[in-house]
Amino acid sequence: MADTALHGPKGPKPKKMLSRGNIMLYGTLIVVSMYYLLPLYVMVVTSLKGMPEIRMGNVFGPPMEITFEPWVKAWSGACTGINCDGLSRGFWNSVQILIPSVLLSITIASVNGYALANWRFKGSEVFFTILIIGAFIPYQTMLYPIVIMLREIGLMGDLWGLVLVHTVFGMPILTLLFRNYFTAMPEELFKAARVDGAGFWGIYFQIMLPMALPIFVVAIILQVTGIWNDFLFGVIYTKPATYPMTVQLNNIVNSVQGVKEYNVNMAATLLTGLVPLVIYFASGKLFVRGIAAGAVKG
Amino acid sequence: MTLASDIPAQTSKRPTRLFHNLMAKIASIPMILTALVVFLGGTTWTIVYSFTGSRMLPRTNWVGFDQYERLWSSDRWIVSIKNLALYGVCSMVFTLVIAFTLAALLDRKIRFEGAFRTIFLYPFALSFVVTGLAWQWILNPDFGLQSVVRGWGWESFTFNPLNDPNTVMFGLLIAGLWQGTGLIMCIMLAGLRGIDEDIWKAARVDGIGTIKTYLVVIIPMMRPVFITSLVLIASGIIKLYDLVVAQTNGGPGISSEVPAKYVIEYMFRAQNLGQGFAASTMMLVSVVIILIPWAYLEFGGKKRG
Amino acid sequence: MSYSVEIKNLDLSFGAVQVLQKLNLNIHEGEFLVLLGSSGCGKSTLLNCIAGLLEVTDGQIFIKDNNVTWAEPSDRGIGMVFQSYALYPQMTVRGNLSFGLKNARVPKAEIERRVARAAEILQIEPLLDRKPGALSGGQRQRVAIGRALVRDVDVFLFDEPLSNLDAKLRVDLRVELKRLHNQLKNTMIYVTHDQVEAMTLADRIAVMKGGKIMQLGSPDEIYNQPRNLYVADFIGSPSMNFLAGHLVDGTFKVDDMVLPMTGYHFADAQTADRPAVIGIRPEHVATGPLAADAPLQFHVTIDLVEPMGSDTLVYAKLGQHLFRVRMDGQARVKAGETLPIGIDPARASLFDKKTEDRL
Repeated sequence: MADTALHGPKGPKPKKMLSRGNIMLYGTLIVVSMYYLLPLYVMVVTSLKGMPEIRMGNVFGPPMEITFEPWVKAWSGACTGINCDGLSRGFWNSVQILIPSVLLSITIASVNGYALANWRFKGSEVFFTILIIGAFIPYQTMLYPIVIMLREIGLMGDLWGLVLVHTVFGMPILTLLFRNYFTAMPEELFKAARVDGAGFWGIYFQIMLPMALPIFVVAIILQVTGIWNDFLFGVIYTKPATYPMTVQLNNIVNSVQGVKEYNVNMAATLLTGLVPLVIYFASGKLFVRGIAAGAVKG
Repeated sequence: MTLASDIPAQTSKRPTRLFHNLMAKIASIPMILTALVVFLGGTTWTIVYSFTGSRMLPRTNWVGFDQYERLWSSDRWIVSIKNLALYGVCSMVFTLVIAFTLAALLDRKIRFEGAFRTIFLYPFALSFVVTGLAWQWILNPDFGLQSVVRGWGWESFTFNPLNDPNTVMFGLLIAGLWQGTGLIMCIMLAGLRGIDEDIWKAARVDGIGTIKTYLVVIIPMMRPVFITSLVLIASGIIKLYDLVVAQTNGGPGISSEVPAKYVIEYMFRAQNLGQGFAASTMMLVSVVIILIPWAYLEFGGKKRG
Repeated sequence: MSYSVEIKNLDLSFGAVQVLQKLNLNIHEGEFLVLLGSSGCGKSTLLNCIAGLLEVTDGQIFIKDNNVTWAEPSDRGIGMVFQSYALYPQMTVRGNLSFGLKNARVPKAEIERRVARAAEILQIEPLLDRKPGALSGGQRQRVAIGRALVRDVDVFLFDEPLSNLDAKLRVDLRVELKRLHNQLKNTMIYVTHDQVEAMTLADRIAVMKGGKIMQLGSPDEIYNQPRNLYVADFIGSPSMNFLAGHLVDGTFKVDDMVLPMTGYHFADAQTADRPAVIGIRPEHVATGPLAADAPLQFHVTIDLVEPMGSDTLVYAKLGQHLFRVRMDGQARVKAGETLPIGIDPARASLFDKKTEDRL
């Protein structure tokens, strides 16, 4: 009896680092990772090659001679139809659309969410429900009425018209985001502030806003990537002079005139993807939080 | 002896109902306008005008269901619907399977979890236009994957989905999955993390294997997560537009057309508004058909329980 | 009128649910009134109505003879302390204390004076420049009390202020609160579900149930003369022993036992015979030598013994009824033994079985 107790298994169980399960696990993950990384890799190497090398070479091979010519051309010289000033115009258009859209949509939605969470009034939940259901309606059913509305207020084709459209379509998800955040804050804090004599705006600016900074960052990430990546609204509500970057990119790459310059196309594609990619890699966990928050709409 | 109150507690008047919470009401005006005018008003307007023969400009010459008859006898619309159905079913199945598998793998307390998650999710930060153009290049028959494999010595290798009407939707699917699975994986991973550790301990004590525990215990527990994912995938599928425009522009021929593209072409290019309105109304109907059972499951069930 | 707070016919309903029903309550100047009840009884709701944080459906609220029914919370002359402390996390302790005064546009020098005075009373001067996150639970609650203190108001409202603290700290702060009340002599309205807090702090306790006040009285009255079965059962731990029987000619009959109620003070001397319930507190059951001196004597069989250190709780069988007896901590008794007990009808409570009111 005592013997078996002494000679039996003792101490930590030995573990094998290279067990069959582990090899399968990491093997699968690495293979899948390659599928996800492949397009980015191909875009980068293609954009750094000259056209002769692309025509004869291997799409996966690294560039034999690195050239930044395609990047320069994509930025300032690529043609869409008769215009040959590259993506830069689209980039600045996008910036001009992005900044006011993000500011306006987040300002409105945060105040809205705060009102819905703390100052409910008769009918507020009904409007909110319509707003959330609206998020599921295909945009196509609202496209033309918005054209008419924008025309009526003289903003059709204008950057500010697109800003309004982004504000409107960002509202359901952002309002939900802020409403849920403010609802989750302790109600007693709000009560204490009311006893302390703070009103609607006093509580918003002095109590709620300083506590809501994380959710503002999430909302900004959500909106910057969403608005930057938009194609549909850009193509419909702007005119060629005010096209955002995505629309211009598509026009450059898919233009039927001239010889296809794949290296320039890939440089242009990367340039367009750069802004959201930078935000993605810089924000890390917050991006995940943002999209997870965006995911639970409805 | 008592301390004087510095704030006079006067007898105040009850404010009228309209001005009660006045600031909250003012602050909600943008939301109310959006909900009522744009969402409700806009949708209603489109439905109403889908019964007119509007061409270049909206006009109220009522034509009954003519637009819908024309729509359903149009080859292009039928192809669009078939394409969307094929893409939709495949996208749902593959997204759920791949996303859950990846999430489960990442949940096995592995090293470099953050790095893997970053890799799986980054395509989601990119737009559909960028996604479509990148894959258009990789799938290019003359320079892309096909030519590379042939260059390795496999001369008869053929992988040219974008130029084959029968497989073009799968070309789109490869790109769509690349862009979208990361998001669903993240949601699934959050769902897995939300499951009580004790469930795993209980399964271990009961001697249930890992894969069996996932299938029998964990997946049924994650029903709400799967429903959220499904709704999310479905609403993405119906919006499918940018990817097609960038990657194939509906080609070859009309073999990769989708409903959203049909609507926009008729409204803004073919100057046949009534046809566009009818098509968009059909899209709305299909969303309603998907949403009602979901809303019933999500909210109807709770009320009864 | 010398009432500090008056509540007249207060009604509050959320949709079809009536939370407060025709509630009347007058609170004296300088009184410490505790609203006591289990969760959902409406005690916190009532406090929120007094604070103006909930809009009443009907009725009136007066504070210092001013009708404040429709007044804003900050205009009512009240200060409030919350269960979760509700300190503004981004402000320092000083910022927390002065926030309300700044909103009321009190001059700067006056704000400083009042903050300094409150900090001195509550002994939180060293904490003034810290943020709430850097404070312990007890310190946070002190700051929360300070926030009410600086407002220089006559009525303090406390919403379960000690419930988030651990047991030992709760006792300490309870004592401090009592000291604070003795020092300031404000009117304090205090909501709790903890009967020990209620008994120790209150001048008067209002026991609430279902949006109504079941009994309003001093802790002694509530404990010794519960006005109905609910209050009798709710107050006291372990709770009162109840035996259902009949009141016949001034005696209480249960099964085949007859208890002459000599010495019991009936509310109405001519109480008619009726089905009734007698209630006896476990600590009012005499044991040992004292049992022999009691007017009524019984023998019970011990079923279970729970030693608790300070005293011993004995579960015994009186006929078919389970009967709790509280004995000295030193009592050496075992299950199965027979225990002689004595009961004094003067300390018992009799209730009408139908109306549940005290007889």
